[in-house]
Amino acid sequence: MKNKKNIVYAIIAVVIFIVLFALVNAGVLSRKYEGLLVPIGVNVILAVSLNLIVGFLGELSLGHAGFMSVGAYAGCLFTVHSNLPVMVELPIAFVIGGLAAAIFGLIIGIPALRLKGDYLAIVTLGFGEIIRSVFNSLDILGGSGGLKGIDKSSNYIMAYVLAVITVLVIANLINSKHGRAIKSIRDNVIAAESVGVNVVYYKILAFVLSAFFAGIAGVLYGHNLAILKPATFDFNKSIEILVMVVLGGMGSIPGSIIAAVILTVLPEAMRSLADYRMLFYAVALIVMMLFSSNPALVEFRQRLFGKKKRGGK
Amino acid sequence: MQGLVTFIQQFINGLSLGSVYALMALGYTMVYGIAKMLNFAHGDIIMVGAYTVSVVCSILGMSPIFAVLASAVVCTTLGVTIEKIAYKPLRSASPLAVLITAIGVSYFLQSVALLIFGSNAKKVPPVVSLNSIRVANIDLSGVALVIIGVTVLIMICLSLFINCTKVGKAMLAVSEDKGAAELMGINVNATISLTFAIGSALAAVAGVLFVSSYGYVDPYTGALPGIKAFVAAVLGGIGSIPGAMLGGIILGVIESLSKAYISTNLADAIVFGVLIVVLLVKPTGILGKKKITKV
Amino acid sequence: MKLNRILALLTAGLMTVSFAGCGDSNAGSDAAEGGTFKIGGIGPLTGDAASYGTSVKNGAQIAVDEINAAGGANGIQLELLFEDDECDEEKSVNAYNTLMDKGAQAIVGATTSGCSIAVSAASVNDGVLQITPSGSAADCTKTDNAFRICFTDPLQGETMAQYITDKGFKNVAVIYNNGDEYSKGIHDAFSAKFTELGGTVVTDESFTTGDVDFNTQLTKIKSSGADCIFLPIYYTEVAYITDQAAALGISLPYFGCDGWDGVIKQLNGDTTNINGATFLTPFISTDSDPKIQNFVETYKTSYNAEPDQFAADGYDAVYAIKLAIEKAGDTANEALIAAMTQITVDGLTGEMTFDASGEPTKSAKVAVIQDGAYTAE
Repeated sequence: MKNKKNIVYAIIAVVIFIVLFALVNAGVLSRKYEGLLVPIGVNVILAVSLNLIVGFLGELSLGHAGFMSVGAYAGCLFTVHSNLPVMVELPIAFVIGGLAAAIFGLIIGIPALRLKGDYLAIVTLGFGEIIRSVFNSLDILGGSGGLKGIDKSSNYIMAYVLAVITVLVIANLINSKHGRAIKSIRDNVIAAESVGVNVVYYKILAFVLSAFFAGIAGVLYGHNLAILKPATFDFNKSIEILVMVVLGGMGSIPGSIIAAVILTVLPEAMRSLADYRMLFYAVALIVMMLFSSNPALVEFRQRLFGKKKRGGK
Repeated sequence: MQGLVTFIQQFINGLSLGSVYALMALGYTMVYGIAKMLNFAHGDIIMVGAYTVSVVCSILGMSPIFAVLASAVVCTTLGVTIEKIAYKPLRSASPLAVLITAIGVSYFLQSVALLIFGSNAKKVPPVVSLNSIRVANIDLSGVALVIIGVTVLIMICLSLFINCTKVGKAMLAVSEDKGAAELMGINVNATISLTFAIGSALAAVAGVLFVSSYGYVDPYTGALPGIKAFVAAVLGGIGSIPGAMLGGIILGVIESLSKAYISTNLADAIVFGVLIVVLLVKPTGILGKKKITKV
Repeated sequence: MKLNRILALLTAGLMTVSFAGCGDSNAGSDAAEGGTFKIGGIGPLTGDAASYGTSVKNGAQIAVDEINAAGGANGIQLELLFEDDECDEEKSVNAYNTLMDKGAQAIVGATTSGCSIAVSAASVNDGVLQITPSGSAADCTKTDNAFRICFTDPLQGETMAQYITDKGFKNVAVIYNNGDEYSKGIHDAFSAKFTELGGTVVTDESFTTGDVDFNTQLTKIKSSGADCIFLPIYYTEVAYITDQAAALGISLPYFGCDGWDGVIKQLNGDTTNINGATFLTPFISTDSDPKIQNFVETYKTSYNAEPDQFAADGYDAVYAIKLAIEKAGDTANEALIAAMTQITVDGLTGEMTFDASGEPTKSAKVAVIQDGAYTAE
């Protein structure tokens, strides 16, 4: 049954890829949208990986940009200083970036054992800010001017493959025994502990894995822009990723993917609004949140689409 | 001797910075304690309050007293309106959904301010202007003294209001258990709206004192101090009114002293480092209660 | 529940696509006109760096209008398309791609250094001429197609070190923005050169973007025995710092960099605290040069604001493109880039020529703040 599901996913992934490939090569996509493919990939990886912590483990993290930046700097520092051919260099950079971020995931996973809710959120926020201010002061990483001289060597195919890998790994984890353990911690820690779930292990596992993918996304990001600046990875970046997760629905991987795509494309699609762009983006955000979370509107929408109301939440 | 004077001066700098954070943190903690939501737009309401002073004083040329009143009215109305439109429909939704909506509101206020006033910082005439007092080579800024005084006063009034009045007790009940409070005949929606009104009025006061102390306002004025103030509220134990005061002061002093004696580059890192250590030792903040009794 | 969310998102997605639709149809009609040369501008129009991009946009627009009114470049009318980048590297590349979709033939941008570097990594593949008006980091002109109008940071830092030494100051206090490459670049070069010339940087303080409280740094300076203060930062923070310094009773002479232009407006014309402050700038809005006065006049009437150096840089960048078109007699990318090294732009920020590495050669002016006005020394 599970294998069947995987086959279906694989087919969907391949079909989407063929469509994408055709669109790009037939020149149907304008430059703007073609250029957005890598950022979309980056954001999908970030959103899906953050969903593991926020949606499945049930802990609020405001430091995802911190993990991303650790990975980005580690991976990009490697490619800047090595002289290997791109096709050898990049995969190594992805692994290095992922591992570096995973180590920080381990470090930040430990406070998560002691803290809950808003207090953990503020610790993760603090962690992100500490990383940023340290990067700002390290001249070896380019300081505030950023790490320069990175090759612009990533492309949409790479982004797509990495995004698919991330989704597959996390989706499979969630549907496995381990995933059920993680979800049980979210639903009730005490109950989970009492049936023998190793809470410490699974909390740290979720943080490490999530950080690992965020690190990979960072490496991809760096090689798309040719420059990494500490200022990019501020608190607002973490919030941006969190918005994708919440908007897409906590604990919904397809939701995260769709929300990541929409929130990457939306600000760019609204360029014709010029000065009013940010205003409309803010309004769109509020309206989307109301539309997806307000009980009365949810019911209205269900009637509209002729869906049966399901019991419970 | 010179070293000691400098140290005391730096400590006082920290106190005055901390009192600004404390004043802002009171608003965060008030709303969080009762409505159980992180009002991310609080910093931006402070910005609106500051712009109101600027418009009333510089453009309309009215007296500073009037500016303070106008600022309070504008902020309170704004706070209550935001609550009605954006937060109230999500009362039963997940806290994160409300958080994201609050962030949307924050972006909204910033972009409106940007469209109306432009991106350049505007000079605002000081509403409170006092010469600094000089004691033994140490400068005590007049505005800082006013801010400390106002913050302490507000802290005492809020505590009294919440613990001793009927409405205040209703707030406590809502904070404890919305459902039970409703059964006891408390109008939960009205109580929460009132909380927002008070929170926004606090933002207005913070806005007025903030511009009196620093002299300028731009559309992003509230953003960074807002985050710092939020951190201060958590450090002190979010939901606790004296905690907000204490957290703000501690944050300001640490920031000032680490800039003075360790490194200006790493001051923010040190502030957050202390926060993390404190929370690891005492997971609900300095004055936070284990069994969370809010406000 | 899940399905419902997805439906909600899809609805939002459709909205997005329809927005996208409007955008693209506009682009189509623009391209259909023909006969014009399209200059794409990039800079922050929203976010906390918005004032820089807005100035570049306005300055460039004035240049475009002037050139068109005078018959265009070789008879070709210019058109300015400007896209917002929020001072974010990723957004600036998106802005660049948007401009290329709209048929931009040369780029004025990006306004800030980091964005400029990110854009040039993309534009070098198209071979399109890119002139950054104000990207001052060394790497901004690394690619062959990239040129700049402003000074580089190290050059400015070294010049100021020499200037302050020449004025007889030995002990300088510095406050710079550690979160801003421009400020840090000037600071680093300044410190190295000033020490080399025999001076001492007695207190070296920094802050990060968004800070408004400088009492701690100023208290340190007060007891440090410095005889002057060097502030390689933008005018917004200059206003905060000089106000707070005055409140602390510090009255040392100030020196600044070209980011100071605009400080008088920021202080509402009250320069009591900074009388005699000296800074390097390529552009002084009170300069008696009729060309500059004309520009300042037009700027004030069109945008109801005082033009700053960014505006002047944007203006000069457009003129550089115009001269390159005239010199090349062609609008092909290679021809324009080749022509750049052969032109002399007599711009608002001085007379300048460009070398093959993309750097301008021009002289700096020293501005002194006296009684509410900038005066050239």
